[in-house]
Amino acid sequence: MTHKFFTRLCLVPLIAVIAAFFVLPMLRVIVVGGSGDMGLHAYAAIILEPRFRATLINTLVLASVTTALSLAIATIAGLFLQRHRFPGRALLVAMLTFPLAFPGVVVGFMIILLAGRQGLIGALSLPLAGEKWVFAYSMQGLLLGYLYFSIPRVILTIMAAIEKLDPSLEEAARALGAGPWAVHRDVILPALMPAFIASGAIAFATAMGAFGTAFTLATNINVLPMLIYTEFTLSANIAMAAALSVGLGLVAWAALALARAFSGGTVAAAG
Amino acid sequence: MTNLRNRLIFSGQFVFTLLVAAFLIVPALLSMLAGVTVNYFTGIRSGLTLQWVIQVWELYADTIARSFVIALAALAVTLVVGVPAAYALHVRGGRFARIVEEIITLPLAVPGLAIALALLLTYGGFSDFRRSWLFILAGHVVFTMPFMVRSVMAVFSAIDVKTLDEGAASLGASPWRRFRDVIVPNAKPGILAGSLMVVTLSLGEFNLTWMLHTPLTKTLPVGLADSYASMRLEVASAYTLVFFVMIIPLLVAMQIYADSCGRKTARR
Repeated sequence: MTHKFFTRLCLVPLIAVIAAFFVLPMLRVIVVGGSGDMGLHAYAAIILEPRFRATLINTLVLASVTTALSLAIATIAGLFLQRHRFPGRALLVAMLTFPLAFPGVVVGFMIILLAGRQGLIGALSLPLAGEKWVFAYSMQGLLLGYLYFSIPRVILTIMAAIEKLDPSLEEAARALGAGPWAVHRDVILPALMPAFIASGAIAFATAMGAFGTAFTLATNINVLPMLIYTEFTLSANIAMAAALSVGLGLVAWAALALARAFSGGTVAAAG
Repeated sequence: MTNLRNRLIFSGQFVFTLLVAAFLIVPALLSMLAGVTVNYFTGIRSGLTLQWVIQVWELYADTIARSFVIALAALAVTLVVGVPAAYALHVRGGRFARIVEEIITLPLAVPGLAIALALLLTYGGFSDFRRSWLFILAGHVVFTMPFMVRSVMAVFSAIDVKTLDEGAASLGASPWRRFRDVIVPNAKPGILAGSLMVVTLSLGEFNLTWMLHTPLTKTLPVGLADSYASMRLEVASAYTLVFFVMIIPLLVAMQIYADSCGRKTARR
C-alpha cells in the first residue's frame, strides 16, 4: 500500500460523512427554498416582504449592538486583567469565561433569573425604585442574553491579543510624550484591530443564528431563527423556512469570511 | 496628582470588571441555590432540600443518560473519522485539502437551525432513522467534527510530523503502522483537547437537537427547555444544577489543559 493511497483512504470516511449529513442536505435546503408556491421569489421575499424584512433588520441590529457592546466591555475588562496582577485575578478570569459552554436555553434561563418575574433585578428595584423591573421577555432581555454568551467568547480572544502586544511600542510612544489616551488611541487599539475583527465576526455570526436564548425567553420577540422555527412548525411553510435558513446561513458565513479576509487568521463561530 | 488619577482609573476598571463578572456569575449561582431551596419565592429561609433534584432525576433521568450516550458516540465517530482525516489533510496539503477543510468548517458558520432543517428535509422520510437517537447523532457529528479535525491539525503544524513520518518510513514501517505508532501518539495533545470540546459541545447542543428530537429521543438540553416552559422554577433550577455538575468538570479540565499546554509552548 503506497503512502498516497493510505492518505486517500484516511479521507474517505470524512468525505462520506460530511457529504451525506451536511453537503447534500444543505443543497436540498437551497432547492426546497426555491420550490414552494412562490418559487425562487421566496428568496426575494426575505427582503421584499415587510414582515420578513422587519425581522431581518431587527436581527441585524440586535447582532450588531451585541457585537459592539461585547467588544467594548471585553476590551476594558481584558486590558485591566492583563495589565494588573492582584490576588483573585485568576478567579475573576475564570468567572468571566465560565459561561462559554452554556447552551442558549440555559442562557435564557439565566436572564429569567436576573430580569424575569421572580428575578433578582425586580426584587432589588422594588424597594429602591418603587417598581418591579421585569424585562427578560423584551428586546432588552434578549440583548442581555446575547451579551451573556458573547462576552466570554470575545474576552478570551482579546486577552490573548493583549498578551501578545509588544510593550516596547507603548514605551516608545510614551517616551515620545504621548499621554495615556493617545497611547490607547494610536498604539494599543490599532494593534488589537485583528482581534476585534476576528472576535467581532464570531460574536456577530453567533448572535445572528442564536436560537436557544430567544426560544426560552419566547413571547413575541422577532428574530430570524425564531421566524424560521415558527414558519416551519406552526405555519408549515417549509419552503419559506428553507429560504430564510439559506439567507441566515449566508449572512453568518459572509461575516466570518469577510473577517478572515481582513484579519488573515482562521475564524469560526460556535453555539 | 497622576498617582491619584492612576488609582481612580484602576478602581474604575476594577469595579467595571467586577460588575461584568457578577453579571455572568450571579444568575448561575442563583439557579444553583434555587435548585436546592424549598421555596424560591420565600427565599433561603424556607430551608434547603434535595427534593427538586430527586424529582428531576425521576422525571428526566432518561434525557441525562441519552445525552451521555450521544456525546460519547459523537466522540467515537469524530475520533475514528476525524483523526485520520486530519493527518491526511495535513500531509497532502494543496488545494483539494484546503477545500475539504473549508467545507467541514462550514457548520461552524451555518446556524444549527439551518443544518437541522436540512437534515429533516433530506432524511425526514426515513422514519426509522428519523425516530432513533442516531438522527440526533448525525447532527452532532457534523457540528463537532471541525473541532476535532482542527485541533488535531493544529498539533501537526506545531510538530514536524513530516520528518517523523519519513523517519519511520525509512525504517520500513508500513503507512498504517506509522499512523498507529508514530502519528497518533504525537497527536495526543490535540486529540485530547478536541475530545474535551466534542463532549462538552455535544452535551450542551440545543439548536440542532430541538429540531431533530422526537418525544422519545429527548436530550438533556431539550429537557431543560421543556422544564423552563412548564415546570416550577425550583425544578427547572435543579435540572440546570444537574447540567452544571456535568459540564463544569469538563470546563475545568479544558482550562487546566490549555494552561499546561500554553506553559509548555512558552518554555519552548
